[in-house]
Amino acid sequence: MREIHVSEVIPKVRSMCMDANYYLGEDVLGALKASYKSEESPVGKGILGDIIENARIAHDQQVPMCQDTGFAVFFVEVGQDVHVNGGSLSDAINEGVRQGYKDGYLRKSILGDPIKRVNTKDNTPAVITYDIVPGDKLKIIFAAKGGGSENMSEVRMMKPSDGVEGLKAFVIDRVKRSGGNPCPPIIVGVGVGGTFDKCAQLAKRSLLREVGSKHRDPFYADLEAELLEKVNKIGIGPQGLGGRTTALAVFIEAYPCHIASFPVSVNIQCHAARHKEVVI
Amino acid sequence: MADDKIRVTTPLTDEVVKKLKIGTQVLICGTIYTGRDAAHKKITESMKKGEPLPFDPKGQIIYFVGPAPAKPGQAIGSAGPTTSYRMNAYSPMLLDAGLKGMIGKGEMSEEVRDKLKQHLGCYFLAIGGAGALIAKSIRAAEVIAYDDLGPEAVRKLTVEDFPAIVTFDCYGGNLFKEGIAKYSRE
Repeated sequence: MREIHVSEVIPKVRSMCMDANYYLGEDVLGALKASYKSEESPVGKGILGDIIENARIAHDQQVPMCQDTGFAVFFVEVGQDVHVNGGSLSDAINEGVRQGYKDGYLRKSILGDPIKRVNTKDNTPAVITYDIVPGDKLKIIFAAKGGGSENMSEVRMMKPSDGVEGLKAFVIDRVKRSGGNPCPPIIVGVGVGGTFDKCAQLAKRSLLREVGSKHRDPFYADLEAELLEKVNKIGIGPQGLGGRTTALAVFIEAYPCHIASFPVSVNIQCHAARHKEVVI
Repeated sequence: MADDKIRVTTPLTDEVVKKLKIGTQVLICGTIYTGRDAAHKKITESMKKGEPLPFDPKGQIIYFVGPAPAKPGQAIGSAGPTTSYRMNAYSPMLLDAGLKGMIGKGEMSEEVRDKLKQHLGCYFLAIGGAGALIAKSIRAAEVIAYDDLGPEAVRKLTVEDFPAIVTFDCYGGNLFKEGIAKYSRE
């Protein structure tokens, strides 16, 4: 059994919160630069140029690229040969969030209760999903998920008879109804299969993929490419003012499902796609 | 300043608003006020009760934003717009009270568009997710109400060449509809 003390976890989480918010991933930046070159709308091109410039300022000055520094979302893979000691792992992750958001001058956007609506003032609690995996490592993936794009997301319990054409229509419709709200250019995460809750999580996990990467299954790789082309034909464009660049990527994650079910979910990600991972 | 950009100073007058058509890029100077969901709820509740407001909305612009905290030496932290449709429930009442404009991202309702036409006002778009860039045009920030709301408190901002695009004008124009129709290939 490998021992990992919580004091090792806290500073790593703290750094990830800051780094993810200051430094836009090279994959996203590259896709934005390619879109800047190809965008036909002059207004859209100007907006993409400003978004790229914004990423540069955030990087150089170590300030958050967006004021919405997000809900702190974690996917944690705990090796089954790891023993975490010195306290609770969840408490350590939350302490890292608390320190990172305070010391990094990141916005505190979390309310302690959705109806009573009082800010917790330290951006905790985080949303943490654990998986137990083989091995003796602890992998922590952090994503800062903004509210504007999350609000445009949806799970739909479709019918098996709706089939893949139904899935496509739903994804296009969801993007269309979102318009400029989720800060396009967006990344579209699609979950298909599983149960109601599992399906939503598939879509969220898909957003962790590298922009430009292809799905490991050629069937889904083709479906992603087709959906991306269709999404970019809608014409929403940067910030919803019209243009060719509505999405930088469409990612799909599938999971087995019940004979009666065909759950499909769409989790929208804004262009400030921020995630980091660390292995301890 | 590029030739195609118009510099406007708050408070806005009818004469200035009439010059602003959809697609016009503006650089806003002067004082603007921040407000998002919680502040709008409080302000409109105060209006209904006839209580004093954090600021007089006449001629003013409200920026839908909850900024990040300022680092030492900064006037304000990153400060890009939040999604505007959530303020659809509140903006008509403020426009009736003399507000001349809102800055946000995403489309607003037909009711808001009608009120902008009726009272001569504009809805401006600032680039969502460009908070670090936009913060450079904000010279000073001061919390003037609802400090307990944290990022949602009402702030008085002093801005210089704050970049925005007219997306709803006082003629009923809607840049979102026009722009998307132009580039749709469906």
